[in-house]
Formats: sequence, C-alpha cells, structure tokens
Amino acid sequence: MGQITLKQVTKKFGDVEVIPPLDLTIHDGEFTVFVGPSGCGKSTLLRLIAGLEDMTSGSMDIDGMDATSVPPSKRGLAMVFQSYALYPHMSVRKNIAFPMRMAGMDQAEQDKRIEQAAAALNLTDYLDRKPGQLSGGQRQRVAIGRAIVREPSAFLFDEPLSNLDAALRVGMRLEISEMHKRLNTTMIYVTHDQVEAMTMADKIVVLRAGVIEQVGSPLELYHSPRNVFVAGFIGSPKMNLIEGEEAAKHSAASIGVRPEHIDVVESGGMWTGTVGVAEHLGSDTFFHVHETGLAETITVRTEGDIMLKHGDTIHLNPRVDLIHRFDAQGLRIE
Amino acid sequence: MARNVTTQRKIINTTAAWVIGLLIFFPILWTILTSFKTEATAIADPPVFLFFDWTLENYQVVNERSNYGRFLWNSIFIAGGSTILGLIVAIPAAWSMAFVPSRRTKDILLWMLSTKMLPAVGVLYPIYLIFIKFGLLDSVLGLTIVLMLINLPIIVWMLYTYFREIPGEILEAARMDGASLKSELLYVLTPMAVPGIASTLLLNFILAWNEAFWTLNLTAAKAAPLTAFIASYSSPEGLFYAKLSAASTMAIAPILILGWFSQKQLVRGLTFGAVK
Repeated sequence: MGQITLKQVTKKFGDVEVIPPLDLTIHDGEFTVFVGPSGCGKSTLLRLIAGLEDMTSGSMDIDGMDATSVPPSKRGLAMVFQSYALYPHMSVRKNIAFPMRMAGMDQAEQDKRIEQAAAALNLTDYLDRKPGQLSGGQRQRVAIGRAIVREPSAFLFDEPLSNLDAALRVGMRLEISEMHKRLNTTMIYVTHDQVEAMTMADKIVVLRAGVIEQVGSPLELYHSPRNVFVAGFIGSPKMNLIEGEEAAKHSAASIGVRPEHIDVVESGGMWTGTVGVAEHLGSDTFFHVHETGLAETITVRTEGDIMLKHGDTIHLNPRVDLIHRFDAQGLRIE
Repeated sequence: MARNVTTQRKIINTTAAWVIGLLIFFPILWTILTSFKTEATAIADPPVFLFFDWTLENYQVVNERSNYGRFLWNSIFIAGGSTILGLIVAIPAAWSMAFVPSRRTKDILLWMLSTKMLPAVGVLYPIYLIFIKFGLLDSVLGLTIVLMLINLPIIVWMLYTYFREIPGEILEAARMDGASLKSELLYVLTPMAVPGIASTLLLNFILAWNEAFWTLNLTAAKAAPLTAFIASYSSPEGLFYAKLSAASTMAIAPILILGWFSQKQLVRGLTFGAVK
C-alpha cells in the first residue's frame, strides 16, 4: 500500500513562501512525476513528503494515517538521491543491507534479499566493492538496490538520472519503468526533464513557483494543456505560441500549435516563410521558420526526408482542429 | 626545455624547503646536543657543535633532582584529559553547527575564535581568583578544565570544517533508511569523520602538552606538568644550560615522537577544507 495525501500543505523558508497551500493525492501504485523548471519547488515538495523538511502548515496522510510529524525514518518511504548518497565507508553489500539492518531483519532474510536485488540490478560481481570503485551508473543501481530491499510503501526519486550521461540515462529510465511495472509500488519521481516525465509517468504534476499548474496523464497534458505554461512546458520541441492578430482570428489572446501539427506543403498554406535553421535528425527534421509575417519564429517538425535548407522558402499549413486557444489570462479556451 | 625548467624549479624548491626545515629544527637540535655537554662546554665561546666529550651526567643529575615520572604523568593526564573532555563537548557542538545551522551559527563561530585573540594574561586574575575560590589551584583537574576551555574554539572549528565536508544527503539517506539519530551518528557519521576526529585529537593533545602560560601560573608542585619541569631548571642564579637542555629534551621527547609518527594524519587534518 502507498497512498499519499497532501492537504493544504505549505512551506516557507524564512519569509519566502516556496509552496503556497497545496492539495494533492497520489494513489497506490501510481508512478507520479513532479516536473517543472528549476526552482519551482518540486524537490522541496518531495522532501516534505519524505519528512526531510518540516511543513510550515498543512498535513499529510500515508495510507490514511496522519504522517505530518512522523520522522523520516518511520515513514516507510525509500528515497533515491541525485548524488546517490551511498555510504562511502561501506561495501555495496553493506550499503544495500543498511536499511534492513536498521529494521532489525534477520541475517538470512537480509542475504536473500541482497542476492535478489543484486541479480536484478546486475550488481552481483560488485557486492564487495566500495562505492568509490563504481561508475556512476553502478552507483545509481546500488542506490536503487538500497531502496528496494526494504519493500517501502513508496519510492521517492529526486532527479536520479541527472548525473548520468545521455545513453545511460535512457537505459536507466527504462529500468526504473520496468521496476515499477514489476513491483507495482507507488513511485514519486522529480525531474526537470519533460521527456522523462512523459515517458515514465502515469500521472504528471506540473509545478511552477510551488503552485500546481496541472495534474494529469502525459497524454492529457499533451492534448489539453490547462494553460500557456503547461502548453509550453510539455512537448518537445516546444509548442509554438502565437499572439496578436493571428490569435485574434481564432478569437483568442494567444494560440498554440505543436511543431508536429504543422504540415509543410508545396505551395499556398496559411503561412509562408524562410527556413532559418534546419535540424536533420534522420527520423525527423525540425525547421525553424522566420519571416512568416508573425512575430514569433515557428518551429515545424516533419519527416526526415524533406530536404529544405537555410534560406529556402517554406509553405506551412497548421492543422486547424489541433490549434490550442488561450485567453488573456493564459487559460485554455475549450 | 619545459621539463628542464620544472626540474630546476624542483631542485630550488626542495633545497629551500630543506633549508627552512633545518633552520626551524636547529634550536631543537642544539638543545638536544647541549644536553649531552658538560656545563662548561655548553657555554664555551666559540660554541662547540659536534666534537665534544659526550656525557649523560646532566640526565643523571636531572633524574636525581626531580621526579620526571610525576611531571610526565601530569602532562599526559592534563593533555589527554583536556583533549577528551574537549572532544566530548565539541563533537555535538560542531555537529549541530555543521548540519543544523541557525542564523547565528557564523557569529557564534567567530565569537568563539575571538576569545583566542585575547591575551591570556588578560584573564589570569579572574581565573586565578576562581581557582582559589574553588580550591582548584595546583590541581590536575583545574588545569585540565582550563586547557580544555582554551583549546575548545580550535577543536570546534576543526571539527566543524571537517563535518561540513560530509555531504548532508548521506545523513538524510540514513534517515530515509530508517536509522535513528543514534544509529545515524554511530554507523554513518562517526566512521566517515574518524580521520578528522583523530587529527583534531592529535593536534589538541600537542597544543595542550606544550601549553606553558597556564600550567606555570596555576600550578606549584602537585599538578605541575613537564613545562613546569623545564622551567624549574631555568634559574636566574646560575648557569645550568646543559641541565636545562637535558630537562627540555626529556620534556619534548614524548610529543616529538608522537608528532613524528602522526605527521601524515596531522597535515591531513590541518589542510582539510583548505584545498578543495
């Protein structure tokens, strides 16, 4: 079990309110991702849940039990830190055993679980090494191993992949997702990377300045962003946000068109402009288009075999039914 | 070419280091040499360096005249006691300042250090009166307490810088792993801080061992440590350079040997935090 409920939770550092009153429910078994730009309070929120920071006001339940003033060691949650935070003086085996040792589990059971975790995480050959002798990816696995052996009611991940190189990050992302499918335990994952959020989450919580901008499944957020901020934050490349006359035509203060919802046509089209930068990825090509008569540079995502280059004229046709409309406050107009 | 310059540099630096090292060590060497001379050779003009009749006479006289063992025991007790007492106070203090700093932590640290800037003689009178009042004059206990207090700022500062180097996330990880405060201190922090605690202990032991102002002013016979033992041979009435040297050699020998064996630990402790 691992249902976590936050009720009117706030956090102030001195006079600065980092988290204004916030309500959130994380259901049992759900993979929830907190995402937002740096400084949006997502790590603080995770640390509040962990108990590593005290709430200024509000309360928190874990499985219906009030956990507001329960110390972190008694909350039954496991955490994986960005810096891995392994115990440098202990071997991998002892690192993984530590939470079980603290729980007073018997030695045979400890050994069994260490063997299982090591096998699942490819650490069997490294059990007697010290963390200093491991690579970044291996250290991350040890940190995960240390979290899973105690069978917590929920896992908390604080940007666990940001110290890894790009290739390793994709691999670990898959492993964590698979681990979630296998264990079916509640996971709360903090990241600033919207790709991680989109690929891993059952539920994404988009935060800005401590305020929840939207909560929803990755596709809900992609298809119907509640406001301009979420629209711009979710999706890669970013959604084109256009203001002014063009928006007025759709009776909105601003409109948003995703780069993949703009077709490149031979002639005509709604907008005609000049290719600034063409990024050829092979599978896709991104065109950054200027001089369309709009104030904004328009980003277009097309198939990889369209061979336009810098300075070429390009004709664009946005799919009108997929245009998002926002009012003057930046809120979505249905 | 570039390599040649480096080698040249190295030779110059090495030579300079040795010269400075020998210059600093010379007075100690001279003391040790003088302790093996007769009183007459000790004051010879021009001074005799190595070629004299070596004698152990001074050591015999010193041993007959004073009870070296008692002074040594007092020194060990005072230096050791004040160090252990200091650590007991300083570890929790440095811990809280390093890991749960308050708005005033920096001020407290600076204020503690500022007490080291006061000339010791400035507080001699009040402390002397307090000692009389509590019957601590010429007692090992009194001296242990004073030396502990005197070196406390340094111990706290050293431990504080050392603890600051330990990433807070590791302690948080321990908390998340279900460790109580006791287990966190016992299984995670202490093993990681042992080198720092050890070098603090060593340095403080040496400082307390060499401390002369308070040990000379607050003791007479019973609690006198080795510093008083040396001082008792610096008599204004007669020339006893050789015996004074013998006493000095005996007083510094234990700490010199300790320092020699622990120099690695000491250097590491003192430069920790300075180089990042």
